[in-house]
Amino acid sequence: MALIGPSLAVSAILFVIGVFGVLLRRNAIVLFMCVELMLNAVNLTFVALSTVYGLAGQVFVFFVMTVAAAEAAVGLAIIIAIFRHHKSVDLQNINLLRG
Amino acid sequence: MTLQLFWFFGGIAIAGALLMICFRNPIASAFCLIVTMLALSAIFFMLNAQFIGAVQILVYAGAVMVLFLFVIMLLNVGRGGSDMRRAPVWFVGLILVGILASQLLPLSRYSSERLALEYSHSPLLANPAVVFDTTMNLAGVNPAQATLDRGVPGDIAMPLFQQYLVPFELTSVLLLAAIVGAVVLAKRRI
Amino acid sequence: MHLPFELGGLAQGQAASGAPVEGAVVAIIGLPLAGFLLNGALAILRPRAKAIVSVIGPAVLLASFAVSVMLFREMAALWHTSPNVTPVVTLWPWLPVGALNVPFAFQVDQLSMVMLLVVTGVGSLIHLFSVGYMRADEGYARYFAYLNLFVMFMLVLVLGASFPMMFIGWEGVGLCSYLLIGFWFTEQANADAGKKAFVMNRIGDFGFLVAMMLIWRAFGSLNFIDVFSRAPAVLPAGGALVTAITLFLFLGCTGKSAQIPLYTWLPDAMAGPTPVSALIHAATMVTAGVYLIARANVLFALAPVSQLVVAGIGALTALFAATIALRQYDIKKVLAYSTVSQLGYMFLGVGTGAISTGMFHLVTHAFFKALLFLGSGSVIHAMHHAYEASHRHEDAQDMRNMGGLAQYMPWTTGLMVVATLAIAGVPPLSGFFSKDEILAVAFGRGGTEPLFRLYWAMATVAALLTAYYMARLIAMTFFGENRTGTESARHLHEAPWIMTGPLLVLGILSIVGGALNVPAFAQDFLTPARLEFWLQPVTAAGADIATRLGTAAHTPEGTTETALLLLAIVIAVGGLVLGWATTLRARILPARDSSPDRGFWKVLYRKYYVDELYDRYVVQPLVRFSRTVLWRTVDQGVIDGGLVNGSARLSRAVGWIGSRLQTGQVGLYVVLFLVGALYILGTVAWP
Repeated sequence: MALIGPSLAVSAILFVIGVFGVLLRRNAIVLFMCVELMLNAVNLTFVALSTVYGLAGQVFVFFVMTVAAAEAAVGLAIIIAIFRHHKSVDLQNINLLRG
Repeated sequence: MTLQLFWFFGGIAIAGALLMICFRNPIASAFCLIVTMLALSAIFFMLNAQFIGAVQILVYAGAVMVLFLFVIMLLNVGRGGSDMRRAPVWFVGLILVGILASQLLPLSRYSSERLALEYSHSPLLANPAVVFDTTMNLAGVNPAQATLDRGVPGDIAMPLFQQYLVPFELTSVLLLAAIVGAVVLAKRRI
Repeated sequence: MHLPFELGGLAQGQAASGAPVEGAVVAIIGLPLAGFLLNGALAILRPRAKAIVSVIGPAVLLASFAVSVMLFREMAALWHTSPNVTPVVTLWPWLPVGALNVPFAFQVDQLSMVMLLVVTGVGSLIHLFSVGYMRADEGYARYFAYLNLFVMFMLVLVLGASFPMMFIGWEGVGLCSYLLIGFWFTEQANADAGKKAFVMNRIGDFGFLVAMMLIWRAFGSLNFIDVFSRAPAVLPAGGALVTAITLFLFLGCTGKSAQIPLYTWLPDAMAGPTPVSALIHAATMVTAGVYLIARANVLFALAPVSQLVVAGIGALTALFAATIALRQYDIKKVLAYSTVSQLGYMFLGVGTGAISTGMFHLVTHAFFKALLFLGSGSVIHAMHHAYEASHRHEDAQDMRNMGGLAQYMPWTTGLMVVATLAIAGVPPLSGFFSKDEILAVAFGRGGTEPLFRLYWAMATVAALLTAYYMARLIAMTFFGENRTGTESARHLHEAPWIMTGPLLVLGILSIVGGALNVPAFAQDFLTPARLEFWLQPVTAAGADIATRLGTAAHTPEGTTETALLLLAIVIAVGGLVLGWATTLRARILPARDSSPDRGFWKVLYRKYYVDELYDRYVVQPLVRFSRTVLWRTVDQGVIDGGLVNGSARLSRAVGWIGSRLQTGQVGLYVVLFLVGALYILGTVAWP
């Protein structure tokens, strides 16, 4: 239980790094990996607090992982489809929704 | 002892994350992320979430990241030059991220006593052992006893198949949708 | 007992004997309205149906007059026993707005009865005259439609039971005045004259409206009975509020009744047909101001300062207009300035607090001024006919083209002379009695307030001038040698009887009208002061207040009275003789050959250049202000440019910002997303 503080700190740092990566990288796949990093940080928060509040946190992590997996699959499929059209995954050039 | 071990793995996780966003090669970034995930798994074990730690390795590091690697290799990206954004974005990004960090890091000052204080709204009952009754878990069963009976997965399974049954079933629908979507989206010809 | 009307005043329980008042009032007002609708329809559909219009137009007026006479006899019988009963005929609840409740109601009291008889009576005569005068005109049906409409509005004005009701009539007669002045609107000058009349009236109406609002603030009600019965209690005597109210009301009067400073529209209004000038600008509409002051006499009694102002402006206008009339050559312009001057007398009368003297002069003036205008109408009609027949294009209204018309138009001449004697104030015609009484009360009040002596002096000089210029008019028009030209003069003839008949009736009234309100000294052997006595229920409250304040109007007694009387007679006769002799002796050339006046006479002829002054210092600055500030700056700049175009530009700008945000770049979206999320987190983390 004494690990709560440090766990939350690590989680915060990982989350912030993930945000920075999302802002920084242009490669769609790497950007997606940074999003996964953010999800992991959140998982850590849940697990850390579950040591205090009970098992609901761990169950929630379970669901987060499931959804993250599904999301990764679909997201990567979309990236593949985009790649087929633009021959690159550089997000700088993908602006068809411009208006 | 526990704390030092914790910071050892925590440091690995943070280092992995930093490297991930710095490497140009996406394969290298993927591998760094895998390292981070493994470190996180170790931390999960230390936080007494053994099942989650195992699932982290199995699902996240083992399946999701492998999928990422497959896609990177399939699309053969990362050959070109740097794919970081140009300078102005760095500064804006740093500022925003700095603000975000300043909002999130105060969370690290929490301890279980403080949580008990906030949970019970009275300083008299700020004893976490009393406020958070860990002798009973959600199902009204003594968790230590439950672990002895059914093992660690059993702890998770009880609420999962009792209170959280509906979300569990819905998740299966979600996975089905994801499968169909991924297959259709990635096809060469629909 | 259930009565078909409401009773105001004290004697609630008394019953009227027989015919209901409500029906009479509705008929009196409804008949001219019906006439307007019928004639108007005919004007639009069948403009050539002159015969029907000739019947409908005067008939509705005569019928209205007949009903008025019946009502008069009805009410006289009622008021003989209970003089304070004021029947109020409410037709429908017109303005129930919050705390304000103004019903569409008419009231019949002694004052409105007098006006009613004058309006319908003189109106009927003028309608008959118009049948002959306007016979050849193309807009015949339109003319009678407007005339009937005018009479209707005038009746609403005098019968209204509240300030807004009176204001309906007030505005309505202004409208009809505009329509009738600009009757021959195809000439620019006529249309301009109509506009001028309307705009100047409007300035006065502003005063009326402000006064109404002040009354509403003070009393919470706008009905005459409410306001006047509570006035002494609500308004402190001589206070700022009641002075303000009365001065604003008087502003309305200066507009409607052509006093200084808003009188310049009346001479221009002579551009309309002559019967219109007779009806509207002599007998009825311009007297509405006097009626208003008579009606609100309680308020004016409470404000001695306003009384001073009213009397002062009245006296000044009387003198001022009389001087201008000395040097006008258009016969109608002389009569127009004479009207302005005589209205000044009426205001002097009511300003002194002696309401009945002002009203008396109103009635007698209606008789002889209408007679003068109609007579001049006959003259102009004949001159016009003569010039047309001889194919010449001279001014048919210029007196320098007339002269010696007595041999051609004996009846008209005789009646015009009668009217001149009346207006000059020669006894025993009506004008003598009414004018003398006004001078007497002014002099009498001058005992306590010396300013009124000054007014008396001004009015006396004006009386002298009045006699002079009227004699000049008669001499130049009807006597001396004829300047029309022998060829045209052959076609001059007397007016047809349809025109001369009403003149005759008015002539008789001018002679005997004095019997209405004989002054004190003659009351022993002639009739008692009928009008004063008749109006007493209306003026009693005001007279009480005046006595309390020490401003009561009283006529001087004994030797002073006799002296004043003799002075008045001397002035009247002297002025007439002087004017007659001077005019006949002078060499007058026809208008075409006359040389323009010079020096002071020129100033008089050009009416002291007041119109030019107004134009330079009021109209032109206003037009410039409208053009540069109101039009260019406010309308085009602020409203069109700033509000209309500006709001469009603002929308476009906001839209432009929005469109710049839609780059399609995921990176930008993420940044914006993050900013929003930081803000939300901020409200939680740093409350």
